[in-house]
Amino acid sequence: MGQSITVTVNGTVHTAEVEPRTLLVHFLREQLNLTGTHIGCDTSTCGCCTVHLDGDTILACSTLAVQCDGSEVRTVEGLQADDGALHPIQQAFHENHGLQCGFCTPGMMMAALGVIEQQPDASDDEIREALEGNLCRCTGYQNIVASVRAAADQMARS
Amino acid sequence: MIPSTLEYTKARSIDEALAAVAAGARPLAGGMSLLPMMRLRLASPGAVVDLGGVPELVGVCEDGDELAVGAMTTHRAIANDPLIARHCHVVAQAAAGVGSMTIRNRGTIGGSLAHADPHGDLPAAILAAGGAVIVRGPGGERRVDVGDLITSYLTTTIADDELITQVRLPKDAAQSAYAKFHRRAIDWSIIGVGVSIGADGVRAAATGVGERPMRLTGFESVLDGGGSLEAAIARAAEGLSPTADLDGSTEYKQHLVGVLAARAYAEASSR
Repeated sequence: MGQSITVTVNGTVHTAEVEPRTLLVHFLREQLNLTGTHIGCDTSTCGCCTVHLDGDTILACSTLAVQCDGSEVRTVEGLQADDGALHPIQQAFHENHGLQCGFCTPGMMMAALGVIEQQPDASDDEIREALEGNLCRCTGYQNIVASVRAAADQMARS
Repeated sequence: MIPSTLEYTKARSIDEALAAVAAGARPLAGGMSLLPMMRLRLASPGAVVDLGGVPELVGVCEDGDELAVGAMTTHRAIANDPLIARHCHVVAQAAAGVGSMTIRNRGTIGGSLAHADPHGDLPAAILAAGGAVIVRGPGGERRVDVGDLITSYLTTTIADDELITQVRLPKDAAQSAYAKFHRRAIDWSIIGVGVSIGADGVRAAATGVGERPMRLTGFESVLDGGGSLEAAIARAAEGLSPTADLDGSTEYKQHLVGVLAARAYAEASSR
């Protein structure tokens, strides 16, 4: 039943056997042990499983792992530098109280990074639009937008 | 839930894809409708053929007095495409409002039409623009007006061994707009209305009003006959009986059709 796929995840090339029905999020969590990508809903609603596929934000719960054969995937585990330094988006969420329980945070940061990297001069409205598919039940969103704004400014400076 | 067991192939050409669907595989476009349905086990195809590896199905180009849009062009690409923005604004605007960025990055125009959700934005916007699809099958290609494509809930006139390869959009739909009402940014439209003001008159179409997108013929005929916008709004929901549900009563949804038709018409007129 298995199908062989080769996917580059956070810069590391992985070749693995997957069942065709395996969702990308299950492949990441259960075969690669990258549990930072969360599963929040069954209906493409919550955005917790947001990762980057070849540079674009996607929902790992609504993508088959086999569809990613030959592609590059980036998850929240790929943000922190090798020396342990936090990525500017992680630092900004930390400093601006952009999270409480943290469940939505990996997806939120990956969605935010998607807009910052593709539109470095994104307005607050454009940031909100890019996050419209990511639900947070704790923060009320204000501090999330403030975090993303701070990270965008920091990344533009560096 | 995890989808049920399936076989997966990735087509590299339209011919490969057609061979796979002829053998019974379900076409997988962006997967933004099919995969959630498979997760809920509302759909359990034994085999899927991924159309994501067929370059000829992606992109937008001019072809005479129409735009030829590859069926696998994503909502995001359509929302950002300069040709569609210039010639067929209603479709660009509808695409920009579909779901979330993550969904627009994967979901496609052909998939949206083939899935035929009764609350989908693209079918109504393309119907308002007067668009058509090119469908290819074992017997060759045929052209189907979008008004003749969708017959009922999630049901189209595309045969199991056929695929939508292209969407044809008229270039005279620049003066057009799409207005919708929904509760949260990522929700399906409760009602959405597209309006296009062309040389042949006004075309208006709504989603969420029944089993398929419908033209607002009362609204169109009043405006084409030189009547007032108020008179047109009064007849916007003529012949439509949207189903009452948690989003609202039939009367409320009929009211929304008029409000949104007026908004879309005002925006289209100002372009």
